[in-house]
Amino acid sequence: MAKINNTNEEQRLEVLKTYKIYVGGQFPRTESGRYYVLKSKNGDHLANVCQCSRKDFRDAVLAARNAFGGWSARAAFNRGQILYRIAEMLEGRKSQFVDEMTKQGLSLKQANEEVNLSIERLIYYAGWCDKYQAMASTVNPVASSHFNFSSPEPTGVVSVLAPNDSPLLGLVSLMAPIIAGGNTCVILASSKYPLSAVTFGEVLGTSDLSGGVVNILTGFVDELLPYFADHMDVNAIVLSDQGEPQVTLAKEKSVFNLKRVFQYKNINWLTEKGQSPYFILDLQEIKTTWHPIENIGGAKASY
Amino acid sequence: MKPNIKIPDFSNTAIVDQVGVEERASRFTKRSIKNETKMNGLLLALNMIDLTTLEGKDTVGKVKQLCTKAVHLHEAYPGLPTVAAVCVYPSMVGVAKKALGDSGVKVASVSTAFPSGQAPTQVKIDDTKYAVENGADEIDMVISRGKFLQGEYNFVFDEIALIKETCGDARLKVILETGELGTYDRVRKASDIAMYAGADFIKTSTGKISPAATMPVTLVMLEAIRDFYYKTGKKIAMKPAGGISKAKLALHYLVMLNEVLGEDWMNNEWFRFGASSLANDLLMQIMKQKTGIYQSSNYFSID
Repeated sequence: MAKINNTNEEQRLEVLKTYKIYVGGQFPRTESGRYYVLKSKNGDHLANVCQCSRKDFRDAVLAARNAFGGWSARAAFNRGQILYRIAEMLEGRKSQFVDEMTKQGLSLKQANEEVNLSIERLIYYAGWCDKYQAMASTVNPVASSHFNFSSPEPTGVVSVLAPNDSPLLGLVSLMAPIIAGGNTCVILASSKYPLSAVTFGEVLGTSDLSGGVVNILTGFVDELLPYFADHMDVNAIVLSDQGEPQVTLAKEKSVFNLKRVFQYKNINWLTEKGQSPYFILDLQEIKTTWHPIENIGGAKASY
Repeated sequence: MKPNIKIPDFSNTAIVDQVGVEERASRFTKRSIKNETKMNGLLLALNMIDLTTLEGKDTVGKVKQLCTKAVHLHEAYPGLPTVAAVCVYPSMVGVAKKALGDSGVKVASVSTAFPSGQAPTQVKIDDTKYAVENGADEIDMVISRGKFLQGEYNFVFDEIALIKETCGDARLKVILETGELGTYDRVRKASDIAMYAGADFIKTSTGKISPAATMPVTLVMLEAIRDFYYKTGKKIAMKPAGGISKAKLALHYLVMLNEVLGEDWMNNEWFRFGASSLANDLLMQIMKQKTGIYQSSNYFSID
């Protein structure tokens, strides 16, 4: 039988990946049909990247809202298992990420550090999934016949602007505490390093995470920020290394539904400062329950 | 009854080109409707809704709430139209009539052993009489699909004519339950029978069977209405019902209506949407058009 002889690397035409977005567990193209060209440092054409529009964001918020009920109702322990599973999947595809990051201009050392720490970070928050509640809850002393306690509950759908200078670690460090706390999110990836974010969508898509819990868009902050901030069905917005005018705009646009606005600025995600249960608590709402009881802890004997 | 209309032989009605109908129906969804046109379309669609609750668990409270919603759709937007009618079971007609008062919103009642229609003719007549006596402005009857599928077209015809007589001044909508008829040819035949027997409206579905209203099936019925109008000079109204819950889809239906029957039919005397959740989606789109901000269902009344 004749041998197919175009399998050696020199003759072979490389099959290039179409970089699409991750919305509702699917990988659609942007509805706008627009893209921008990503080039490597020496000018090689790396990929055509989706330039998402406000309608892509609208669709992603819908997916996130639909996923919120199921995700927030899951047992906290099970959420932890799923975060751990994401880490496992990322571990298995480490070399692909390192390869992609070096193509985008990172050194091998930097790329390895990004991926390794991203895996560590997912494990870190996997552990916190069923523990931050106990840490942040209180039993409150009240002067009536009530058992009064407060505990954190997820805030809802969160829109996120990932840091521009980090291909993966920044995105993971923002995403993990949000979903660990039972929220769902729509993330705008770095426009400078979008490829790793898109590939991370593939990791999420194969790791037991229900579709819509995390949605990843690519495109430009200046175009999308107003919608990230004023959408009435988004409950909080998380910014990272955006400039002062952008943060001000986000705050102004957030007033319509009193969105929570957080900016994590000048945080070196490579250090311990980049991980903390307080990142989870930022996107929680404290619910206080008054439960009527006959008397308080035997303070007054009624027998 | 109508000596000028010659009743045709129903065993010999027009044959429908399935591929052609589906192709044409899909083209109506390709129109771009923006800005003022979109706004006008949304407001018109809102004004064409038969706001419906047809559940075993309907209570007086639920019907009153629905009637309030029919008249006060969204107080944050002054000057909105009301819906066309509220559609309920016969036992709730009195409640709805009282709740709607002189608001101009009509009361429609399903009848004739809705949704199956499997009852003796006398029971169906009594059912209709009860609804009319309680003040129903419109009657939504179901045809006997079993008899129709057995080929007893005269039985179906006579039953519709009898109910029409019972209706008095109330307008009669005839539900074909297209999801149970199986083919477009049968839908066309049932449409013709209903119109010749005295229907004021023909309506696709009860909403209890899937598929309910689809664009191709509605197109077949609109074409039947057009042909009937050319033959007899009599206008018949159309009501697709069930499964139309998104504003965008409602606009597609309006495009189809305009291009098949023309402007004379573009009002709520000649076209209705049988729906409940469509109202809120239209309201959300209307508010989006007005404010430029994507909306959340949290800020709209429950339907």
